[in-house]
Order: sequence, then C-alpha cells, then structure tokens
Amino acid sequence: MSRNIDELKIQANTIRKDILKMIYNIQSGHLGGSFSMVEVLTALYFDEMHYDPHNPYLKDRDRFVLSKGHTAPALYATLANAGYFPKENLMTSFRRIDSMMQGHPDMRKTPGVEMTSGSLGIGLSAANGMALGNRYQGIGARVYCMIGDGEINEGQIWEAAATASHYHLDNLVAFTDVNGLQNDAETKKVKDMLDIAEKWKAFGFHTIEINGHDFNEIFAALDAARNCKGRPTAVISHTTKGKGVSFMENVVAFHGKTPTKEEYENGMAELEHAI
Amino acid sequence: MKKSFRSSLINAIAKNAENYPDMIVLNADSARALKLTDFSKAFPDRMIGVGISEADLIGTAAGLAATGLVPVVVGFSMFVSEKPFEQIRQAIAYPNLNVKIVATHSGLCVGQDGATHQALEDMAVIRSLPNFKVFAAADVTETEAALEAMLKHDGPAYLRLGRDLAEDIFEGRKNFTPGGADILREGDDVTIAACGLMVEQALMAACSLRSEGIRATVMNAYSIKPLPEQLLLEKAKKTGAFVTAEDHSIIGGLGSAVCEYLSGNCPVPVIRVGVPDRFGESGTQDELYKKYGLTADHIIKAAKQAVSMKTMNAKG
Repeated sequence: MSRNIDELKIQANTIRKDILKMIYNIQSGHLGGSFSMVEVLTALYFDEMHYDPHNPYLKDRDRFVLSKGHTAPALYATLANAGYFPKENLMTSFRRIDSMMQGHPDMRKTPGVEMTSGSLGIGLSAANGMALGNRYQGIGARVYCMIGDGEINEGQIWEAAATASHYHLDNLVAFTDVNGLQNDAETKKVKDMLDIAEKWKAFGFHTIEINGHDFNEIFAALDAARNCKGRPTAVISHTTKGKGVSFMENVVAFHGKTPTKEEYENGMAELEHAI
Repeated sequence: MKKSFRSSLINAIAKNAENYPDMIVLNADSARALKLTDFSKAFPDRMIGVGISEADLIGTAAGLAATGLVPVVVGFSMFVSEKPFEQIRQAIAYPNLNVKIVATHSGLCVGQDGATHQALEDMAVIRSLPNFKVFAAADVTETEAALEAMLKHDGPAYLRLGRDLAEDIFEGRKNFTPGGADILREGDDVTIAACGLMVEQALMAACSLRSEGIRATVMNAYSIKPLPEQLLLEKAKKTGAFVTAEDHSIIGGLGSAVCEYLSGNCPVPVIRVGVPDRFGESGTQDELYKKYGLTADHIIKAAKQAVSMKTMNAKG
C-alpha cells in the first residue's frame, strides 16, 4: 500500500486546527488528550480502516471505539474530515443543546461514533464484544480501541484485557495513548502504573511501543497487528499531551482548560505555520 | 407442584436457541451454577464466559449488541444489576442497546448465602434507567414466556427470577406482554398486585380473605416497567384499595411503582408488602419470609388495613 505521509501530516494538522476551533468556539472540551492522539486517528481513518461515511452502518466496516471519551473533539473532527457529516457541524453542534454532537461520544446521535463512551474504563469491553460479534458472524472486520494512560487506572480495562487475550482476539488492536498526564497531575504521580507495555504483555497481548506522532511507526504497528494471529495487539503509543501547540504541550491544565482568545490565536498561528 | 427456576432458565434458553440464531448467552463464571453447561456444549460459540468480571461482562454484551447480535446476560441478580450498575447505565441503557439481562437469585429467597447475595434493590435501580424494561417471573412457565417476549422486543430488558423452586402457577403456556399483567382472581374489595415468588403468597392470601368475607382481586404484575397502567387504573377504580407484594425492598420496586402511578391517576390506599428498609441475613427462604414479612399472613393483614383505610376515606 502506498502511503503519502506528507498528505497525512497535512490532514492531521487540519484536524488539530478543527479541534482547537471547536473547543475555543464553545469554550468547553478537552484539548490536551485530543491533540495527543491525532496522528493515530488520522492513520486509522485516512488509511487503515475500511468504512463508508455515506453508509455508516455497513455490516463489514472496521470500527473504532474511543474509550477515553472525553477526547471526543478529536473523534468528531476526524469524522467530519472523513466525510461523515459537514465540517460546519463542529462549530454549530458540539456541546450544544438539541445537537448531534454531545460532550462525550453518543453512538445514537453522531454518525460514525461506534460506541457511546465518556465514563472511563468501558470501551475495551465493548470493543471485545464487537470483535467477538464479528467473529461469530464470520465478518473479517477489525476493531480498534483507544484507551487513555490515566484510564488504565480503571480495573475494567484489565478485566477486558484478560477477556481479549482469552478469546484470542487477533481482530482487535488496543491503543494506549501514553501522554503521561491525567486530570490532576502526571500519571506517575496520580497512580503509577509502572511499565505499561509489560502489563499488556503479561495479559497476553502482542505488544508494540511506538512514537504515536510518527506515521511510519504507527503504520508499522498496524501492519504488525494485522499479521499477528491468535493474539490481540496492544500498541503503546507514546505521545505528548497538547501536541502541536508549544504552550499547551505537557501542561496538565490543558486537560480540560479552554483557550483564551490570545491562546487561541497564537495556537492557530503555530498550527498554520507547522505545515 | 414446585419447579426449579434454574432448570426453567436453561429450558427457556434452549427453546429459543433455534428460533433466535443471533442470541448469544454471556455469563461471569456462573454457567455451572445456573445449569447452563448443556447449552454451552450444544452451542459452544454462543456461550461467552468472561470469568469473574461483571463490569466487563456488561461492556462485552454491549459490544456484541452493537454488531446486531442479541446478548442474553445471565447471572445472580446482585452481580448482573447492582454490581455493574454504572456499566448497565452507560453501555446499555443510554445507547439503548439490545441487551437482555436475566437475573436469578433475586431477593431474600436466596436464603442461606445471606445479605451479600440477596439483591433487594435490583428492580429499584434498573427501573430508574430510561429505555429499560423490567420484568419479574413467578414460575417456570412465565420464565420461558418472559424470555421469548424479551427476545422479540428490540431494546434493553431485565428479567428477575427467584433462586430455586417456585409453585407452578401457569401450567404450560401463558401470555407475556411488556406492560401487561394477569388477573388471577377477581374480587371487588381490594386488589393485591404481586410479582415473582409473592404471587403464590398472594393467591393463598386471597383464599383466606374470602373465608373472612373480603373478596380480593389478585394481579400478577410481572411487568414492573412499563406498568400495566390501564389495568391498575381499572382495578383501583373498582376495588378502591391496593396491596403490593414483592420479594424486594419496599423502596423502589413494584410497590413504589404502583404508588407512583396511582397517586397521580387514581389515589387509593396502597399498602406495600416487601422487605422493610433493612438488609437480610442467612436462613431458609421460609424462615426469612416469615421474619421479614413476606408471607400470605402479612398480605392478609395488609389487605385488611387497606380495606379499613378505604372505609375511613369514605367516611371522610
């Protein structure tokens, strides 16, 4: 498969700008953890996954479950760029009353959202269910799940990890977005989960560590996942929270803080300048 | 004759297996306890066990439903309603996914396992969730009818069963409709609306009351949500007094649901027979029902109270 990494970088940059615009516009939403996973989302939706935005409920579509649901802005911006709905909806709908784009993902309101999420810890179980359901129905589609590195504090993630491994779900890829920060502080300070890759390995996952902002590494991991039989794959995606805007990078406050006018303008200028 | 809920559950599942090829059964290390191992032998790819992890159990069921399958989650009531309540809310109720939960071992009838295993609040919490239907089965025939009705319905539903034996009230077949109820006995003085194992007690109570000159209507109120509203209204108007009976806390279950409806539509005295606001303990089912007020005698006393209140109301 020929992959145009330069085009994907431009796409990722566009998605970042859309995220910043939509959060600034409504003055609400989670920037940092949205920015950290943009390259992985771009790789999935603009290369890896099989889907039709005009026919979102195709039986054999690949599915993406955003378990770290608070980073919905990144998912919404990606889905809009992928053609599921008009981009102007990002400004008119997100977090507004009577709208199709809730504060956290709602599979019944937003086309392309595969699972309702927002309460942390549940997404991997649901992704397992989808992988099991596809297998039972003889559907060869793949399921991708994005989990936060704070979210892995949740016990249910590890219940689900054991289930995925027990059922040999090689049609499943679980990403952990390791941006190192969560709501209160650095993940190591809040509750140190020690070696995250070792944990997934111990649960029986084919485990790959990557720089989650490097498309070549992302694709290498996705290719390796597809070639791995009999085991689910865990991708430990090392990222930077707030990636793309210098003064937001690695700043705990930008987990949920919304940008001021000045921050917005400076941030947009940086993103414009990046490409 | 008494028959076992547990064997009725496997019969109900086996009966529907051919007609509903999309039905997948999920459990959390309770297949053997619920006598489901025959099903997993016959349909190995349709039985998913996730081990002792009930939060994961519910999330997995939600994912299966998202692919168009019809997951039936089975387990002890405490562990498939109250323990994973938040997952049920977020992953099933809110996205309105087509997951069925069949809860065995509901209420004090659990017996000797004691308070930790006696779900007295399951109907209260599940009933509070939008999109969910809540049913309780009184015997084995009703269990089978309920499961079939749940499979026909597209959306989340919760079925509450007892632990072990139940009197065979509906021999053979019976109707089971969301929002329905059965009138098992007609009488003008008071209506006894019961569900689950208390239906048998209600019938016994009605017999004794008749000998004392009180004629009771007995309603098997198997559909706790949606309620059989028209029937409740009709019987409230006709009898002017209600007793509810359930093996569940008096807070939040059938009794509460009936009060909520009647208070706004046809206020009549309603006396709730159920577990008082306290936890249970170990003991046999009979001992516990006596100690906690879940017998025909308690229903009789409640019925007399309800009738006397009606008279007081009439006198103004």
